[in-house]
Amino acid sequence: MQMYDLPDRKGHFGPYGGVFVAETLVHALDELRTQYERLREDPAFIAEFEYELRHYVGRPSPVYHARRLTEKCGGAQIWLKREDLNHTGAHKINNTMGQALVARHMGKKRIIAETGAGQHGVASATVAARYGMECVVYMGSEDVVRQAPNVYRMKLLGASVVPVESGSRTLKDALNEAMRDWVTNVEDTFYIIGTVAGPHPYPMMVRDFNAVVGRELLQQMPEAIGRQPDAILACVGGGSNAMGAFYPYITQESVKLIGVEAGGFGLASGKHAATLCAGRPGVLHGNRTYLMQDENGQIVETHSISAGLDYPGVGPEHAWLKDSGRAQYVSVTDEEALEAFHALCRLEGIIPALESSHAVAHAMKLAREMSADQVLLVNLSGRGDKDMNTVAKHSGITL
Amino acid sequence: MSRIPDTFARLKADGRKALIPFVTAGDPDRESTIAIMHALVAGGADVIELGVPFSDPMADGPTIQRASERALRNGTSLRDVLALVRTFREQDQRTPVVLMGYANPVEAMGYDTFVDEAARAGVDGVLVVDYPPEESADLTHRLRARGIDSIFLLSPTSDDARMADVGKLASGYVYYVSLKGVTGAAHIDLDEVGAMIPRIRAHVDVPIGVGFGIRDGETARAIGAIADAVVIGSRLVQEIEASTPETAAARLGALVESIRKAMDA
Repeated sequence: MQMYDLPDRKGHFGPYGGVFVAETLVHALDELRTQYERLREDPAFIAEFEYELRHYVGRPSPVYHARRLTEKCGGAQIWLKREDLNHTGAHKINNTMGQALVARHMGKKRIIAETGAGQHGVASATVAARYGMECVVYMGSEDVVRQAPNVYRMKLLGASVVPVESGSRTLKDALNEAMRDWVTNVEDTFYIIGTVAGPHPYPMMVRDFNAVVGRELLQQMPEAIGRQPDAILACVGGGSNAMGAFYPYITQESVKLIGVEAGGFGLASGKHAATLCAGRPGVLHGNRTYLMQDENGQIVETHSISAGLDYPGVGPEHAWLKDSGRAQYVSVTDEEALEAFHALCRLEGIIPALESSHAVAHAMKLAREMSADQVLLVNLSGRGDKDMNTVAKHSGITL
Repeated sequence: MSRIPDTFARLKADGRKALIPFVTAGDPDRESTIAIMHALVAGGADVIELGVPFSDPMADGPTIQRASERALRNGTSLRDVLALVRTFREQDQRTPVVLMGYANPVEAMGYDTFVDEAARAGVDGVLVVDYPPEESADLTHRLRARGIDSIFLLSPTSDDARMADVGKLASGYVYYVSLKGVTGAAHIDLDEVGAMIPRIRAHVDVPIGVGFGIRDGETARAIGAIADAVVIGSRLVQEIEASTPETAAARLGALVESIRKAMDA
């Protein structure tokens, strides 16, 4: 691929993306698109963003050779991009910081966000506190119970958390409710979407803010190993950490891009969140993309041990990368992700997020079939402190 | 051909405004929906907006979300909604029916099948909430080829350029969403609506309906004085919630009749 300039002006990645919203949101999205198109080219804005990434988020994040994990697998070297070391413990802050700055430039005083596991909610509450903005986080009532420590974290940071009782009471319903808030309070409110989905310009904007990950890798890998890696692996729920790592590499065709979806209890069980592997294209949450849906076009409930991957859609750019063949998408089951989680804890002293553990699990599988001079880079998108209860419960332990 | 233009022409000749009730198909069940539709017509409805249930109704408030959830619990699909219209048409060849819903059930069925089935069932208009004009030219042209109107929304934040874009594609009527917010939200601002209608008329040559926030005969009458049609949804769905499947049709018929009387008084 010589060059890559998607999305087009209307937010399309081939047949995917776009602006599929009710008329009530069209004006707000036009305004956001106009402002963001200006800011993304503005050197002062870029400098401000980079300053915050360096001094507040703690970038650049290192790349790390996981030697003992590599030895255990036998085969290709496994390297980790340490997004888990960012402030708030995941890549999510790259995007919330960027969007908070856009909100400030647009004069919005109130920010809203949706959250599933709570990581994006915490990252949003964090930047809201940093800039003295009001913050309201919508969270499915099921998730409020499952993720109680993150709810408390958001409250400590001054945010209000609104439990959502509609639909399946999980992430997709939180997103619906945040959209409803935005429609109602569109004049003073900025909606910080947490992944590379939603109506244009969100998929592009969230990708751009996370692309710092891939840009750092482009420099760091040659310094570390004298060349670019053979493949980059990242977990995909909505797909923001993967898109951030992949985007600067799309034109570097020697580097394979592999997205790892949540296989839950296995694709055959139907209880999973592997949207690109097993879903069909449709329209949800403002964009056309692959969706988990029934034969009548109703969105179905998904399952993953990792709340951050438990989403029935996926970013439209991933849908395009899949169809075009530039990236490939695979799935890893709950059990495989847990094995990788424990392996990384014991062999490297790193407790990974269950989301990121999916990418580690697939790297462990691939490495075994590759040679020692080959290199797999895993985007370790977050740390696993938030998952203590889930993992303990799975092991039959009550904390 | 769509029954909508004739309906508005007849109303205009009589000096009356259209009353357009909304109910979700399959709420509380599919048999009741047929009875409710006939009762709405008997009570004085000029056009019926029939909601197609969807799992993620982003533009709707809690009342219509609950209606969608009830309809999905009893398994009402887009195919079933089309079947309901076919059954309704066995006894009513005159009242226009507009399907109102979200994009994904239509995408899952496929445009060709949907347009063909809708035309054969006797559907007169289609309003897909999350298909703004720029994403729906394809469907709109296919619908028009089969004589079905595409109904579009306008909102308080729509500017003149936007109204002109909508005016180019719209047929049947346009639906002015009178509130910033979701269906069933707070009360309507009559002054604001009064200021918007002439602006919309400058760009749109089909009738203008107004909805969101109209809950009683008095407000319906006030809106009828400035717009061509009054849309009432959440208030009717609340009446369904307060009814049993046996009493729903009679109660909705009576409610619509009282609103019709207030509008015509």
